Amino acid sequence: MASAPTWQKSALQVERERARRQRSFRSFVIATVSTVVLLGLVVWAVLSSPGWPSVRATFFSWPDAEASFPAIARGFLVNIKMFLIAEPLILLVGLGVALSRGTRSAVMFPLRALAVIYVDLFRGVPTLLLVYLVGFGLPALQLQGVPVDAFALGLIALTLSYGAYVAEVIRAGIESVHPDQRAAARSLGLSESQTTRSVVLPQALRRVTPPLLNDFVSLQKDTSLIAVLGLTPAEALRQANVYTSFHFNYTPLLVAAVFFIALTIPLARFTDWLGNRALARQHSAGPA
Amino acid sequence: MSGDAGTPAVRIQGVYKQYGDHVVLKGVDLEVEPHDVVALIGASGSGKSTLLRCVNLLERVDDGRIWLGDDDITEVSVRPDQVRRRVGMVFQSFNLFPHLSVLNNVTLAARKVHGMRRRAADEKASALLESFGLAGRESSYPDRLSGGQQQRVAFARSLMTDPEVLLLDEVTSALDPELVGDVLDIIRRLRHGGMTMIMATHEMQFCREVADQVCFLDGGLVLERGTSDQVFTNPTEPRTREFLRRVLQ
Repeated sequence: MASAPTWQKSALQVERERARRQRSFRSFVIATVSTVVLLGLVVWAVLSSPGWPSVRATFFSWPDAEASFPAIARGFLVNIKMFLIAEPLILLVGLGVALSRGTRSAVMFPLRALAVIYVDLFRGVPTLLLVYLVGFGLPALQLQGVPVDAFALGLIALTLSYGAYVAEVIRAGIESVHPDQRAAARSLGLSESQTTRSVVLPQALRRVTPPLLNDFVSLQKDTSLIAVLGLTPAEALRQANVYTSFHFNYTPLLVAAVFFIALTIPLARFTDWLGNRALARQHSAGPA
Repeated sequence: MSGDAGTPAVRIQGVYKQYGDHVVLKGVDLEVEPHDVVALIGASGSGKSTLLRCVNLLERVDDGRIWLGDDDITEVSVRPDQVRRRVGMVFQSFNLFPHLSVLNNVTLAARKVHGMRRRAADEKASALLESFGLAGRESSYPDRLSGGQQQRVAFARSLMTDPEVLLLDEVTSALDPELVGDVLDIIRRLRHGGMTMIMATHEMQFCREVADQVCFLDGGLVLERGTSDQVFTNPTEPRTREFLRRVLQ
């Protein structure tokens, strides 16, 4: 921001700044008024709709919210646990797949092919469908060592699905590093893998942090998909569903929604902050 | 050092390089004696950079041979990393690693490739940086430096591991005019210290001053070569004369 001027401002500049202040005040007033009017209209439209009394009774019942809260909160701990375990697993899978796709040597061909097939398959299958397939299909094989625990199966499904997305994000980051960086590293005698580890990956990962966090915001919500596996203890959405079907009241769904929002908003803001910081850094990149 | 009497530091023989249908080098021959500075001049696209990149195997030749000292580096069994340990390169656009501090840029290869201890590497790097007028800049990041400072860091980075030959790929082309002088000073000092260098350049005055041998590349061939006096004052080829007239006005 402008620091105190060391010169006597001209009349021209003083007038200019006064006009600017006036303008910004006017835009502030307009923004406030239009926001209030718009919100008022939306609230009015909802409250005066013919179905509002029954919606209020079934979706906005305070007693039901209170009654369902403890179970949903307990269930939400399952979501958080799932999310915390899945996240590092997904990063590992994504990184491994992205690096495999970038290999060049002939020995690595099967790995490379496998990586391509994996991404094509698992990015194409809806996550919910994958949860069903893994959750019910895998244990049905009755193979030795395959987990039958619903939590573990849900974890596998989410990791497979998100691993494919994250792999593509990381690969895009790797490809965004200028080839000259690789040339400079190789010209210094660094091997292919040393170049990847010390020069390419650090730059790539820094660049893809915002989109990666975006995927993780999405993952936080998708932990609710394992509701369909009927695991115990049930996660938040499942808990809400159980309450809903016993009491014929949908308020718990909103309660569950509030839980998810409360978790994703901080991460979303953090992502924005990181992105802005990176931008600011690029723009300040002049000589010191 | 490969400075045994009679053995050139670098010998290039009949080198071809092609990208798709475009043949960039069409049988280039060149010999660089130890401690000599060889300048490659010629229009953009004449193959100067490509030739340099063949010498440290960033590009693979499509025919011909290149020796580094006594070793044929174009043999299939040669490991490029082993060759690159012996050859330094400085690029037009510096290509410093933006995520590493100045000090780590300079020491990376020494530590990772040459197995130097961190402290020894840091000391050597600091001394190099200081001699290039960059004392106190060790912990800065490249984006906080001017172009001239970045290019001097790049020199320090390539000299850190004591290369036998230094390849300079238009190292002043991306610099603001007032920053060129510092970089040229470094090259003068290196020449004085006996460094063998091959440089692609557009700085004709400078080329005339420091080059022991000047090669004019045109259409993928070394069209003319000789001492800088020969080539600049008495070029035999009409194309050389035309090129020099255009660049010297």
